[in-house]
Amino acid sequence: MKRIFKSIFLLAITSSLVVSCGGAEKGKKGAISGNAAEKVYIAPGEHDSHYAFISGGFSGQLAVYGLPSGRLFRVIPVFSQDPEKGYGYSEETKPMLMTSHGLIPWGDSHHPDISQTAGSVDGRWVFINENNTPRIARISLETFETEEIIEIPNSAGNHSSSFVTENTEYVVAGTRFAVPFPQKDMPISEMKGNFKGALTFLSVDKEEGHMDIAFQLRMPGFNYDLSHPGRGKSHGWFFFSTYNTEESNTLMEVNASQNDKDFIAAINWKKIEEYVANGGGTKVPANYAHNTWNDDEHTAKTVMEDEVLVIEPSEVPGAIFFLPTAKSPHGCDVDPTGEYIIGNGKLAAQMTIHSFTKMLKAIEDKAFDGDAYGIPIIKFDAVNYGTLEQPGLGPLHTEFDTRGNGYTTFFISSEVVKWNIKDLKIIDRHPVYYSVGHLMIPGGNSQTPDDKYLVAMNKITKDRYLPTGPEVCQSAQLFDISGEKMELLLDFPTIGEPHYAAGIAADKIAANSVKIFRLEDNKHPYAVQNEAETKVVRKGKEVHIYMSMIRSHFSPDNIEGVKVGDKVYFHVTNLEQDYDVPHGISMIGAQTSELLIMPGRTTTFTWEPKQVGVWPFYCTDFCSALHQEMQGYIRVSPASSNIEISYTLDGDVPGEEEEL
Amino acid sequence: MKKSKVLMIIGSLLILGLFAFPLWNITLEAPQYPIPLGMDIHINKFSDTHEFDIKNINLMNHYVGMQYIPETIPEFKIFPIVIGFMAALGIIFGFIGKYKLYLVWFILISLLGIAGMYDFYLWEYDYGHNLDPNAIMIFKNPDGSVMGFQPPLFGSKDILNFTAHSYPRTGAYFMFVGILLTFIAFFVGKKEAKKK
Repeated sequence: MKRIFKSIFLLAITSSLVVSCGGAEKGKKGAISGNAAEKVYIAPGEHDSHYAFISGGFSGQLAVYGLPSGRLFRVIPVFSQDPEKGYGYSEETKPMLMTSHGLIPWGDSHHPDISQTAGSVDGRWVFINENNTPRIARISLETFETEEIIEIPNSAGNHSSSFVTENTEYVVAGTRFAVPFPQKDMPISEMKGNFKGALTFLSVDKEEGHMDIAFQLRMPGFNYDLSHPGRGKSHGWFFFSTYNTEESNTLMEVNASQNDKDFIAAINWKKIEEYVANGGGTKVPANYAHNTWNDDEHTAKTVMEDEVLVIEPSEVPGAIFFLPTAKSPHGCDVDPTGEYIIGNGKLAAQMTIHSFTKMLKAIEDKAFDGDAYGIPIIKFDAVNYGTLEQPGLGPLHTEFDTRGNGYTTFFISSEVVKWNIKDLKIIDRHPVYYSVGHLMIPGGNSQTPDDKYLVAMNKITKDRYLPTGPEVCQSAQLFDISGEKMELLLDFPTIGEPHYAAGIAADKIAANSVKIFRLEDNKHPYAVQNEAETKVVRKGKEVHIYMSMIRSHFSPDNIEGVKVGDKVYFHVTNLEQDYDVPHGISMIGAQTSELLIMPGRTTTFTWEPKQVGVWPFYCTDFCSALHQEMQGYIRVSPASSNIEISYTLDGDVPGEEEEL
Repeated sequence: MKKSKVLMIIGSLLILGLFAFPLWNITLEAPQYPIPLGMDIHINKFSDTHEFDIKNINLMNHYVGMQYIPETIPEFKIFPIVIGFMAALGIIFGFIGKYKLYLVWFILISLLGIAGMYDFYLWEYDYGHNLDPNAIMIFKNPDGSVMGFQPPLFGSKDILNFTAHSYPRTGAYFMFVGILLTFIAFFVGKKEAKKK
């Protein structure tokens, strides 16, 4: 009897294997081989091996995932308000979203890039650009919070950003929509020759990471699409892809796609840096916001900057060259050795691979084919290493492994293609679902890619998940690239649009992650160190509540003397000094968000009561067994009332208990 | 110098280790605390095992009405004097070299040790039983009496969602070894005296 059961069991297993193999061969839905689940399975309580920072695209934020599980850990608010975290609503964080146009509540985040030391990702900061209102943000990887946002003047469509050089000397910003530089009132039709494209180099402070605009190059009015730094032998150079070298200003899908070749701009930033150090360039009036967060004061401040150092390409001969590259290249990628510069000609049937060594020689030999606005165009054959013919349709972006291979996304043919750079031979291709944009290999923009995983970020999802009405989820796909063939392991949904990503081994970040903010280091002007310091102070029509929160009460929690027409500031300090004990606070009728306050931090929201009554506030984050009891009342009297401010906790005025 | 003298002096010196190392430790484990909360007891202070542990123990304990662990207690003034005095006395006895004095010292410190443990027990009892009558949560024993939360004097014990561990630390081991050496010094000294 036992035997019979055994053979039936075996038969069942065998047939299921046959079925799943059959599915795999068909390619589409069941393309996951038997052990893929095991490869992405992270047991409960275990940790992923890598962090993936995936841009939220039009959500304006940056999302943090674990690899290989694809689990979402946190959405870091960067360029968009986030009521859940109070970001962009609290008095302390509003300055982070200030620009020369005022407070901008939304942004379009694009290309995260992790800081580097000696050509490897170091896990200190991640930079990300905002495309719509040109800005670059720096996010701390100790607090996973946005620490700095700087607006880029004279630019529009800040797209070829925010990539860092191999020692994080600079992070760059580039203009995708050529505009008058400086802005002025002029006919759109006179664009050609009159619009410009600013390429901006921001210096990064070695210790604190503070960014400053070091210089802006006033380049011809092309569209600068993407960029990557030289590395190793090509360190000191930066490469930007261009399209619309036609300088068209209307029906661009046609008119910007006429030239058979556009350019990759090669920029010797070391040479320009030298020029600047020797007093080169012109200080030009500008107006842009520079927002910095201070972790001691738990507050951001905005400084409006009023000038920028501008450099005309003609001022630094021998520093800027154009490399002809097949039609409207999108990604402009440099391999880990720094030798190959790859133009992903999105409207071409081939990929252009340039050689850095050949480029230097061509410059030395003056192997030029004319110039564009005074910038020498290097002869195609003099710089080109070769072309990858018929690799697929619509190449967008290439990243690399440490074995000499490139991995390129093809938007139109919806696939990832693995190819050998030296041999210009295709090794493997794998469909993605659907229409992949960018891809990411952890450490991809460095000399040392950590090449076990590849994440493909798709623009279209269609039928891959349960439908959710007309708007379906966005999605990324994880591949194992450790073998000869790429293996699809996992689909996982993402927030916003998974536009671009940066990844890093978890051990480079996890140990430095901050657990709490030290209360004794809290220098917020409205902070309290203990309950005895809590109070309520009236200043004309403003009422300032110095409030504390600790398991499981607020102090004070009964406040009277507030009147209709007052502006009430809740300055709330979380007195906890324990890991993962945030408290929240919300007030009925407050036209702002809740606050979610980490241990040791002070945050402020405002409330302008419009109705007489007794109104409750409460803790919004389930903090403890007594969370439901963590609440208080504020009495609001008519504007004409002469009730004085008073406040208590358990019947006593905080801080006066001992004297009684 | 005679062997017994050396043992006596070293033994007396070793109890000075209490000035450098904690005497005792109480650690609280709970599901929500993958890194347990802990408090080291020195002869002159309480200290956190990990920064802010005592603050967090207090926060946990206020739910059941336990008092806050005080910043300081009178014993912290007395203990260092007693230990300093006993070490000095032991060294003097060692130099005098009379083995009977070693035994006197041994008995004296043993009595002081027992008194210290008893004092610790009394504090623990009070800490675990002197609860705020308005406590948020009041737990009753099966016989209807109010449940206490006294940590064990020595060993491990389950208290509600916590497992409490109470064990000696480095300072205590210095003391035990020191006292043991003085006890051995007594027998060695006795032998040496007989030989004469």
